Amino acid sequence: MSELMTRPVPAPAVTLESKPFFDAAEQGKFLIKRCTACKEAHWYPRTICPFCHSDQTVWEESPGEGVVYSFSIMRKSPSGPYALAYVTLAEGPNVLTNVVDVAPEDLKIGMAVKVKLQPTEGGPPVPVFVPA
Amino acid sequence: MSIKGKAYLMGAYEHPTRDAPDKTTAQLHAESARGALEDAGLGFDDVDGYFCAGDAPGFGAMSMIDYMGLKNVRHMDTTETGGSSYILHVAHAAQAIAAGKCQVALITLAGRPRNGGNRPGASMAGGPRGPGLSDGAPEAGFESIYGGSTHNTYGMCAMRHMYEYGTTSEQLAWIKVAASHHAQWNEHAFLKNVVTVEEVVSSRMISDPLHLLDCCVVTDGGGALIVTSPEIAKSLNRPKVRVLGAGEAPKVQQGGKLDLTYSGAVWSGPRAFEEAGVTPADIKYASIYDSFTITVLMQLEDLGFCKKGEGGKFVADGNLISGVGKLPFNTDGGGLCNNHPTNRGGITKVIEAVRQLRGEAHPKVQVPNCDLAIAHGTGGSLGVRHGSATVIMEREA
Repeated sequence: MSELMTRPVPAPAVTLESKPFFDAAEQGKFLIKRCTACKEAHWYPRTICPFCHSDQTVWEESPGEGVVYSFSIMRKSPSGPYALAYVTLAEGPNVLTNVVDVAPEDLKIGMAVKVKLQPTEGGPPVPVFVPA
Repeated sequence: MSIKGKAYLMGAYEHPTRDAPDKTTAQLHAESARGALEDAGLGFDDVDGYFCAGDAPGFGAMSMIDYMGLKNVRHMDTTETGGSSYILHVAHAAQAIAAGKCQVALITLAGRPRNGGNRPGASMAGGPRGPGLSDGAPEAGFESIYGGSTHNTYGMCAMRHMYEYGTTSEQLAWIKVAASHHAQWNEHAFLKNVVTVEEVVSSRMISDPLHLLDCCVVTDGGGALIVTSPEIAKSLNRPKVRVLGAGEAPKVQQGGKLDLTYSGAVWSGPRAFEEAGVTPADIKYASIYDSFTITVLMQLEDLGFCKKGEGGKFVADGNLISGVGKLPFNTDGGGLCNNHPTNRGGITKVIEAVRQLRGEAHPKVQVPNCDLAIAHGTGGSLGVRHGSATVIMEREA
């Protein structure tokens, strides 16, 4: 079996709108945004709902469970192969991310995964996903 | 055609803030948009034309279209002339409306210079501004950190297409094979060697499932085009290539409801065909953006050259090779073998279509009686957000 994939993640650019998300990540919580007007969850989190354009959006803690929608394993990488992926959260939205702690040959579309808040180089932790 | 009397200014809104320590630039764009739409008595879903300049954070118009959740945009303009941009945008919007390219144009401006906000032109970087916070592309903190590049974001499209439709690496390889058959006759082509399906699928993996030979070339270079009025065209001693129709569309992440199996060509294609009054079956030659093999396959499906999911069968067995298959494509060798100058392949797509329509392509790849051609491209990433553009041209007898 190949080695499990990992990837050092750089610090994210944090904006005024995303600061609550990354502050919560520091506390070990994974948040998503939901609109109280149309009830839809969206990603990436923003102040104004991208579906109904209401500003009645609220933060919601998510267990971070989902399935792999698609992925690609980048082989041209000095730190070793890594997986870029979209994960479909149980709440609905697809999240661009890395899937880590999995061997390249074991990663499959449809695989159940769970969020892991991974430390970054000099910034707040960011959500990556691991096999559930 | 003049714009005189063809367009109306029906909404206007000046954001009340003069100091915004608590809002992002993206948010100010969206709040301003809402104000102007409410003033007009319209909603975000009525907007089908979007105009912004260098103050809009992110990737051209695409990041703000994504952020605001504009679903129906069919005309985009990011012309940048500094502070006068928005006056010029009114004129461009009137031209677009007069031409039937949109009916409700939204023009936005926003920024936060008092709060270390983004500076026009620097916003693509999305890095920290002010006290540790960024005011760049609103999506940056959720995307750029994950090591996404063209290779792996297109790789994800290919992976999902294979999963849903059973598309194979061998079928994708046929696209490179066809391009290489054309490139062998192009003295300027970066790669002139003819390759086989076996060579493509056995080349080293770059980002699964895309191999080295599924990728386009990286080249320095350039190109230019001249578009004239009918009067000027008539005065010039060159074959006349007439623009028949065009379509454009953004495709963004849709608040997370994304579907990687199709591109913005599903919107830009039909608009161009409708305006031109022709169908995919009428097209004699196709220039199709080919950053990767999967790019071609998805766009051929989305433009209607075959049914969704049947692109793999359509491109196989040399169907894209001039003189062999039903749809000769990228007869210069395309981005896959000939040229992809400064990683932007749109202009070379139009150039080869013009050569074909003039009858000036290499004799080995010239399509007989080539009187109708399409040039189509997607810029950005099929796997994240992109702008799709289609132009249909004909040779005037």
